[in-house]
Amino acid sequence: MRRHLLESADLDRADATLVLDTAAQIESALAGREVKKLPTLRGRTVVNLFFEDSTRTRISFELAAKRLSADVINFSAKGSSVSKGESLKDTALTLEAMGADGIVVRHGSSGAPHRLATWVAGSVVNAGDGTHEHPTQALLDAYTIRQRLGRLEGVRVVITGDVLHSRVARSNVWLLHTLGAEVTLVAPPTLLPVGVGSWPVTVSYDLDAVLPQADVVMMLRVQGERMNASFFPSAREYSRRYGLDATRMAKLADDAIVMHPGPMNRGMEIAADVADSPRSTIVEQVGNGVSVRMAVLYLLLGGPA
Amino acid sequence: MAPPSTLPTGVPAEGPETTSSTPTATAGGVQQLLSADDVTRVVDRIAHQLIERAASSTSSGDGLSDLVLVGIPTRGAPLARRLAARIEAFTGTAVDVGTVDITLYRDDLRTRGVRALEDTRLPDAGIDGRLVVLVDDVLFSGRSVRAALDGLRDVGRPRAVQLAVLVDRGHRELPIKADFVGKNVPTSRTQQVRVRLAEVDGEDGVSVTDA
Repeated sequence: MRRHLLESADLDRADATLVLDTAAQIESALAGREVKKLPTLRGRTVVNLFFEDSTRTRISFELAAKRLSADVINFSAKGSSVSKGESLKDTALTLEAMGADGIVVRHGSSGAPHRLATWVAGSVVNAGDGTHEHPTQALLDAYTIRQRLGRLEGVRVVITGDVLHSRVARSNVWLLHTLGAEVTLVAPPTLLPVGVGSWPVTVSYDLDAVLPQADVVMMLRVQGERMNASFFPSAREYSRRYGLDATRMAKLADDAIVMHPGPMNRGMEIAADVADSPRSTIVEQVGNGVSVRMAVLYLLLGGPA
Repeated sequence: MAPPSTLPTGVPAEGPETTSSTPTATAGGVQQLLSADDVTRVVDRIAHQLIERAASSTSSGDGLSDLVLVGIPTRGAPLARRLAARIEAFTGTAVDVGTVDITLYRDDLRTRGVRALEDTRLPDAGIDGRLVVLVDDVLFSGRSVRAALDGLRDVGRPRAVQLAVLVDRGHRELPIKADFVGKNVPTSRTQQVRVRLAEVDGEDGVSVTDA
């Protein structure tokens, strides 16, 4: 493995498989235990550096680090010196001086973790940067698919929604491609990035046409905070054409699964009865996120500093 | 209970290879310590000893329902399964088998780097209050056993933990001693003891290589 995890492309097939296998072993080792804690990262410090709001990702990383016995410092931009105008670099150097072995960073600007990685000696894990990447989300999605379907090679994954702004979609496209899955993106033309033609994916504008062949349907959140340029006429129209409701779900093959990275807009991109159906892996994804992040932290921080 | 012995006690003698002997040198600095047949005999002998120990450590029955064999991956795991199979063949009673991966409990990750994890699988009945016998192929520094003990502690509280190894090669770095030993082998620290098991390596055998 490399020293940092900044984007899905940092992982070749062997590395990505190692992360998934490690996560599976950790999950089975901790299953049914009273003490869900391992001594592996005792004495190591992990800083959660969050410049953007997050519930599940920050808590998931915090829990993962704590279960490996690392010391965890949570840093959010609100209430810190960042609000006094401190730069990313100065913040990073401060944390460096305090001896952070690993920095988990979420930032509104694409590429911020890459810059950070050039300034610090510890390992940097990208927990979401702007509209660029969110590699641990892709890893936990791949883990969930493998757990449910037993394989990744040749699995047909449909990713639907706001691909343009979605770092989850970008990370999944590259990781799933590395692992041998076939990805189809479905979105209104306004919500696809300009360069999508060079991605290793098939593009469609018709969700109903691709559903019967899909093994996995991954719904992306409509990011209300970024829907400021008339990307689609109305929420109702979007929901009718690209939302997953029970009628659409009935078109799926019997063993196909429905995924969502959360947080969901119930009734918008996904209907409540779909989100709560047995096909839905949404709650599993959250649990798997902890195992996968433990695997990432172990592989990046467990060895020689 | 009798004090732990590194020599076979009270079991059918299986020949001179069950006691310590200086390995015979062959070409290329590789010495064969145990042949495939020897490994089979040694496993049978340890299985008999385990049956005796289980019976002597309980007040009623044969004590086998109390016994859990826990292998330390990689080669301790198939070894534990073999011992369980032999015990079942000798007594007709199945015993619980598990594995405990020690990677995340190792004390040398920082110096020797991270590595892939292996299976941890414990019997559904758990290990609380039972007699756990850790099974490994080679006992050397004792650090693997220390890590396994730490691992077990997070899983439950056995009544007692004992240790069975195929080969004890000496050079302990911790106060750890095996309760069941297949073969004691005097080695120098620089030599390498290599255990091969059919499940992992395609054939059985133990050899020592000069560094």
